Amino acid sequence: MTDQQPAIRLTGLTKEFGAVTAVDNVDLEIAAGEFFSMLGPSGSGKTTVLRLIAGFEQPTSGTIELFGQDVTKRAPFDRDVNTVFQDYALFPHMSVLENVAYGLRVRGIGRKERNERARRALASVRLEQMAARKPSQLSGGQRQRVALARATVVQPKVLLLDEPLGALDLKLREQMQVELKEIQRDLGITFIFVTHDQEEALTLSDRIAVFNDGRIEQLGTPAELYEHPGSRFVADFVGTSNLLDDAASHELLGRGGLHSVRPEKMTVGGGETGADVHNAPGTVVETIYLGSGIRIVVDLDAGSRVSVLEQNDRHRVHDDERGDRVVVSWHDADVISLATSESVTDAAAAASV
Amino acid sequence: MRLSRLSRATLGIVTAVILVAVYVPLVVVLVNSFSTSTSLTWPPPGFTFEWWVRAFQSAGAIEAVTTSVQVAIIATVISLVLGTLISLALQRFDFFGRDAISLLVILPIALPGIITGIALNNFFRTIMGVPLSIWTVVIAHATFCIVTVFNNVIARLRRQGTNLEEASADLGAGVWTTFRLVTFPQLRSALLAGGLLAFALSFDEIIVTTFTAGSGVTTLPIFILNNMFRPNQAPIVSVIAVVLVLVSIIPIYIAQRLSGSEQQHR
Repeated sequence: MTDQQPAIRLTGLTKEFGAVTAVDNVDLEIAAGEFFSMLGPSGSGKTTVLRLIAGFEQPTSGTIELFGQDVTKRAPFDRDVNTVFQDYALFPHMSVLENVAYGLRVRGIGRKERNERARRALASVRLEQMAARKPSQLSGGQRQRVALARATVVQPKVLLLDEPLGALDLKLREQMQVELKEIQRDLGITFIFVTHDQEEALTLSDRIAVFNDGRIEQLGTPAELYEHPGSRFVADFVGTSNLLDDAASHELLGRGGLHSVRPEKMTVGGGETGADVHNAPGTVVETIYLGSGIRIVVDLDAGSRVSVLEQNDRHRVHDDERGDRVVVSWHDADVISLATSESVTDAAAAASV
Repeated sequence: MRLSRLSRATLGIVTAVILVAVYVPLVVVLVNSFSTSTSLTWPPPGFTFEWWVRAFQSAGAIEAVTTSVQVAIIATVISLVLGTLISLALQRFDFFGRDAISLLVILPIALPGIITGIALNNFFRTIMGVPLSIWTVVIAHATFCIVTVFNNVIARLRRQGTNLEEASADLGAGVWTTFRLVTFPQLRSALLAGGLLAFALSFDEIIVTTFTAGSGVTTLPIFILNNMFRPNQAPIVSVIAVVLVLVSIIPIYIAQRLSGSEQQHR
């Protein structure tokens, strides 16, 4: 085994569907054992990259390497990767046990051994008592775990997960996120996780690639992406951002360019002083009670609309009402400078609330 | 939907009239098969099992049934194999002329039987130089039996999508293994429904058969037509007709049950 090799290396990967370029010259290396997420809005190409890695699609150009081996031309059944599908794709005519044992069966492993291994895999997702059921008799979360057991029982080097939690309700999703993380740690294999849910990506991943228009917009750890978004798109897509366009930056920061400030880095009340503190007066437009926090939307006199996230803790002294005059404060260190390559004249998008 | 009393009564009467028009003649045939009259007179003058006994002893009738069953089984098997292959090709692969082929496959069932009959008769005898036999009947029947299989299978494939096949390939199964373990089991009930319809279609087909059967090849419908107006044969024909009705009901009933139970599963 060559552990120094990246688990996946994509080189100049491009996929065109007719006139549409779904994946546009993507270069990417994913390390062995990494929990890697591909994050982006629908149509950004993340799922196509996954399908290219799995072998369901053939790239228009570029290569895919798996632990240093070029697998670009190989059929899906000839690649050491397995997929957990968005709709799970469990075989409806087979029992849960037969589903999980399928990959072993087609590898010619005897019934006794494969059933034993499938049972162990089912036990690892705590579904051993469901072995005899049909997939249609399971709940969504249980199907999800069967799909996971089915894909991991064959011990792939890389597990691809295509929005596997998308169909689950919130509580179950949070629970499955923890389980996924545990399973990945236990198996020690590379997970490539496709999602459009930025929170999910931030929670689970070692590294994230943010996709936009078939390209990787930014690649980094969750903290890097959140603290230092490289572009307006990333600032906007990963978490919530108060975007300050060129004019607003001049007015509020005293310098030009496109900037972003996270809502939780801003406070309302004007209690802050110091050399690097910016204070901007404004009028409260809306206060939204979130339980653990309170979101206060303020129209600054300088012309921007910002969203401030305050903790719902004992430091909160009074509730701001719609129409109240307030001062919004933030530290200059928390101001993120964004690349100005994109349109900064679009005033309407200056504040993303 | 809520209907007024009047429209409900009207619809009820219309339905009753139609059902009577369709099924009373069948009942008459059934009664006639037990009648002592030899010329289908009504009301029947008496009751007898004689025709049933004679029908089951008639060499011609039994041979006709055997021929029809043979033709129907072989035509159905051909349709199952070719119909499935065509559906897979048209649904799973993209190629030039796909829509045209799809249309060409379905067309034979819409074509008037007389056209198919004349065309095939001409084709077999003058162009191919093949003498008409039981096999020409089989081929002729297969042309339209394929359609029922094709329609059932392609509808299933369309609904199924390719997810399961991708999952199978992903888990390491080759093309053939995937077909055997995943695609085929998913198609089983569609194949059964399509096959039963194909069998029923072939079994009572007469027009195309008339034009494509070699001399000495007598399928059951042809036997009935030939004997219907012969003196003293009419009651035997009634017996065969009753048997045919019973035989036809079974596959249609099963096919309907199958597609019905599947709709509920969706």
